[in-house]
Amino acid sequence: MAQMNMIEAIRSAHDVMMDKDSTVVVLGEDVGYFGGVFRCTDGLQRKFGEHRVIDTPIAEGGIIGAAIGMGVNGLRPVAEIQFADYIYPGFDQIVSELARLRYRSCGDFFSPVTIRTPCGGGIRGGQTHSQSPEGIFTHISGIKTVMPSNPYDAKGLLIAAIESDDPVVFFEPKRIYNGPFDGDPEKPGVSWASHPKGEVPEGYYTVPLGSAEVALPGEELTIITYGTMVHVAIAAAKETGVDAEVVDVRTMAPLDVQTLADSVRKTGRCLIAHEATRFGGYGAELAATIQKECFYHLEAPIGRVAGWDTPYPHAFEWQYFPGLKRVAAGIRRVMGAE
Amino acid sequence: MIEKSRLHIPRPTARPGDEPDFSYLDLSPAGAVDKPPIGSRTHKLEFLSSGLVRVLDDNHEAVGPWDPNLEPEKLQIALRWMMLNRVFDERMWQIQRQGRISFYMQALGEEAISIAQGMALRAGDMCFPSYRNQGLFMYRGMKLVDMMCQCLSNTKDMCQGRQLPVMYHSKKGNVFSISGNLATQVPHAVGWAMASAIKGEDHIAATWLGDGSTAEADFHHALTFAAVYQAPVILNVVNNQWAISSFQGTAGGQRRPFAARGLGLGIPGIRVDGNDFLAIYAATLWAADHARRGHGPTLIEHVTYRGGAHSTSDDPTKYRPRDEWDSFPLGDPVERLKQHLIKVSRWSEDKHSRLEEELKAEVLVAWKEAQKFGTMTEGPWLDPATMFEDVYAEIPQHLESQRRRLLEILAED
Repeated sequence: MAQMNMIEAIRSAHDVMMDKDSTVVVLGEDVGYFGGVFRCTDGLQRKFGEHRVIDTPIAEGGIIGAAIGMGVNGLRPVAEIQFADYIYPGFDQIVSELARLRYRSCGDFFSPVTIRTPCGGGIRGGQTHSQSPEGIFTHISGIKTVMPSNPYDAKGLLIAAIESDDPVVFFEPKRIYNGPFDGDPEKPGVSWASHPKGEVPEGYYTVPLGSAEVALPGEELTIITYGTMVHVAIAAAKETGVDAEVVDVRTMAPLDVQTLADSVRKTGRCLIAHEATRFGGYGAELAATIQKECFYHLEAPIGRVAGWDTPYPHAFEWQYFPGLKRVAAGIRRVMGAE
Repeated sequence: MIEKSRLHIPRPTARPGDEPDFSYLDLSPAGAVDKPPIGSRTHKLEFLSSGLVRVLDDNHEAVGPWDPNLEPEKLQIALRWMMLNRVFDERMWQIQRQGRISFYMQALGEEAISIAQGMALRAGDMCFPSYRNQGLFMYRGMKLVDMMCQCLSNTKDMCQGRQLPVMYHSKKGNVFSISGNLATQVPHAVGWAMASAIKGEDHIAATWLGDGSTAEADFHHALTFAAVYQAPVILNVVNNQWAISSFQGTAGGQRRPFAARGLGLGIPGIRVDGNDFLAIYAATLWAADHARRGHGPTLIEHVTYRGGAHSTSDDPTKYRPRDEWDSFPLGDPVERLKQHLIKVSRWSEDKHSRLEEELKAEVLVAWKEAQKFGTMTEGPWLDPATMFEDVYAEIPQHLESQRRRLLEILAED
């Protein structure tokens, strides 16, 4: 085991897979010589060469389109889209091509592309470097959607994503690349060294796609969340003194309904938290699923805490971010205390 | 006169009721365009994008440096494939008109492109077709029955009822799945070609799109990637003058030929007579050789004419002169190859007619066979529960429960 932050864990996942499987190639803007703007591919080009770690033109549609063609020709491409906010020029290639190629050709053609992309706010990125567009992708049949909340999961899930014959959109919450974040920007930063999930095996392992995990066990209330908000939820639970169970979704699609429903049946209360905007968001799907699965166990209406339905404003980042205070208020509301 | 900014609205030279007018097309006489050696620097190839590579002249002779010197036997094979494409399309068009398939698209007037390029490429080269490349599927071994079954969405449909008619795919024949969204296949071809080079293989990729879809971002992404990595790929723009109702000028064809689209990136472009089998064959061999020997991509513009409607849902008399094709200066590809063969071999009008009858009979036999696997009104039927397969490599839980729910609903009927 080694201490790794999320960047190192993601880099290690690439390294392990590129060693193990010569068909794995990496492509994206600045990923090669420089090693990526967030350093997630640092050193890979030196080790594996320019034919396997490829700096691309600034054309996300081209990156994803070319990756699809590479995948059809037997490679296993890992494409980095520098910010999730930049993914839209490649959206048609994801929705109409990557997601449906296996379907429309009845399995004769498929392309096992993994698209990695940093998402989320809290880094002073303004409205073009802070978005959480996962809900747009969970709506697409044929792709899997993943967002880890810690280094251990990031590496294990990324390896599973690269090995998957299905295309995966892999969201990396960049606010927690270097350490967990409890939602209070005034507090000094914390590194992953003090977190049990900062312990990461150096070699190969996987965290299976499609499995949620209980990040904090509890009895009184279930908080269903993912990414950065896992840490905010845990901190908010502690602050309110409510014995909350925090479930980390990890794979948004396909969803591990069982783990979520088991928790809510046990606690009888459910709060859903995500950084993305609320209206038509992924939380609505979670709420509908829980309502259907757990209706007779619910003691209170399901609550939702989300980003406001506005773009992510640069100067009001912390008023926008659904931080500690809003999650704590959500907990109290579902507990009937507010 | 005061000069001021203005909005240019591209207009075709003729609309319904007007005399057809192809004076906008720059034509070179057959044999007039030089054939440069492979590996020439791009600036020495620029003339290829403005001239028109032609081999068959007005007397049906093969002339000039691009003549591929093919044996008449091979040309007869080519003619047979082109005629089969046309006969097949005619039959399928009628079948759609009878309401027995939902939709169809014919390649009328563009048959030389799929067949000449199919023949010039190697079997291991990967094709990323558009929806008028059915000749390519035929040439690469797809049975007529299988194509018909796809159009019928019946129990033998390779797409299991998931795709519109004509959206074929052939893994065995190395022809990619047709999308229906335009130009999306072009970056795939480039990525496939990049992978071929990464793996050190000498297979190349080829892809086709229309003049209209060159306006899509995917085409430009593909050009950039192809140029940057010198991908071994042939990018074919089939300029058939019409994108449904908008003419090639709406996609930017009035300023410079589509063949010149890659020049700014250093991609050589060849503007070729798209109704001249020999010219297409020769240009494709040149581009394939260029790619295989490490010189990267070539853009080929095929100047042709969409002889029929865009699709069975379209009525071209609403937007272009009814008889426009008759005035097209590059004629009909089947007729031109036929006349050439009559000139250089023992081919004759009589043999040609007999072959046409044979092909019609072959298509009819295939149609009878295809209907045994189900039609739109008669079984056997595809199992609708198969719609949940192949969304993912394995059926996930939520799709499995939806599949069971569908089966319950179907059982109630």
